Amino acid sequence: MEAVTENLDLYWSGFLRSLSLIGWSLLGSLALGTVIAGFRVSPIASLRAFGTGWVTIFRNCPLTIVLFFMAFGLPEIGINTSFYVFGITGLVLYTSAFVCEAIRSGINSVDTGQAEAARAIGLTFTQTMSQVVLPQAFRSAVPPLGSVQIAMFKNSAVVGAFGIGGDLYSVGRNLTSAQGLAFIPVLTGVAIGYLIITLSAGALLAVIERKVAIAR
Amino acid sequence: MTVTEQESTSAAPGEALVVLDNVNKWFGDLHVLQDIDVTINRGEVVVVIGPSGSGKSTLCRAINRLETIDKGSISLDGTPLPEEGKELAKLRAEVGMVFQSFNLFAHKTILENVTLGPMKVRKKDKAAAEKRAKELLDRVGIGHQAAKYPAQLSGGQQQRVAIARALAMDPKVMLFDEPTSALDPEMIKEVLDVMVDLAEQGMTMVVVTHEMGFARTAAHRVLFMADGAIVEENTPEEFFTNPQSDRAKDFLGKILKH
Repeated sequence: MEAVTENLDLYWSGFLRSLSLIGWSLLGSLALGTVIAGFRVSPIASLRAFGTGWVTIFRNCPLTIVLFFMAFGLPEIGINTSFYVFGITGLVLYTSAFVCEAIRSGINSVDTGQAEAARAIGLTFTQTMSQVVLPQAFRSAVPPLGSVQIAMFKNSAVVGAFGIGGDLYSVGRNLTSAQGLAFIPVLTGVAIGYLIITLSAGALLAVIERKVAIAR
Repeated sequence: MTVTEQESTSAAPGEALVVLDNVNKWFGDLHVLQDIDVTINRGEVVVVIGPSGSGKSTLCRAINRLETIDKGSISLDGTPLPEEGKELAKLRAEVGMVFQSFNLFAHKTILENVTLGPMKVRKKDKAAAEKRAKELLDRVGIGHQAAKYPAQLSGGQQQRVAIARALAMDPKVMLFDEPTSALDPEMIKEVLDVMVDLAEQGMTMVVVTHEMGFARTAAHRVLFMADGAIVEENTPEEFFTNPQSDRAKDFLGKILKH
């Protein structure tokens, strides 16, 4: 395991880079997915159609294809930015479809009487969603949202493979290909890095689940 | 249509507040509302009764457009119901609604349930909204439970909170969609007492109910519905003692026997 211990500083910086990639994608996909879920249950038919189309595209396209579009398609039409931003954007778009569906399942679990009562006191659609439906929907959406986000954490390695550089995955690749170190110890170190992130996310999720269960 | 037209059945004062004109609705092939013409005057208490599936709940829900209608028109205080969006929301704020299953916001406290509408729709500040909410909760006898969540209250208490929540919007008319049907017998009275109290204070009310006692004490007029149509319309006294149509006789025979 010398390959890992001697390169701990590299691993650490890769870990932080992955963490920031994941953090931004988490916030972005939750926000975007919630908006799209709102579209899908909106009274306006064109918004519903847009939401359905969005989910159909991003849930069914492989992540690598989405990332290819970001990294090589967008520059063709004159949109240029760093691979890091492209990577986050691709991950957000892709994950938002799954977030949307997890939240929509939560929305469907809220009794329709809740929305009716909200509308009956004069709340608009947006107010009904934000004040009454979504706070209750999130509670039952926590477990599926957790799974979606943990899958996204791991998908961030795919973004790393596209060469944003400096993340956990890239550290592993550098150590093996550029420095010629043995695969098994290096990749074990990379795996441990991801496990630290995903396992703590799982533990945090259990805490959140307990919290919202009590508040019910 | 066999509506029994009776002049001066309504003892209630005031001009027309809710007007349903030739209202029709279909659920697929099922004609759930058939040529409904009803005018509800300001201050009037109208009880809608009838067998299940007769369309009485649909009628009640159509008045604040929780159910859309396919033909005809409904207007409130001279304004036709808007289609959707902000205008409709504004109109709904003028119409209080009490549901069979209470529908209190499960994630909010009793006090928050009552203040949500005034704060978000009427833009009242929190202190004013809470002061008014506490008055209303006291009025329905729930003042000391304001900090609890709906699930911690009995059905009768929840329904009284639901009435307070609707009243907090200072509605022009209150709709009650079978407000006591989901309650244990001993809780029905506490809700009906609040409703009778409201009626006595001159609130305009449309009440879908099977509570004949309430109809007799508080209603100015009874609408009897069957198969989507208003079959009979009369004062409670006349309707219960001397029903005209066979459908009404049959229905009353069944429910008054026990």
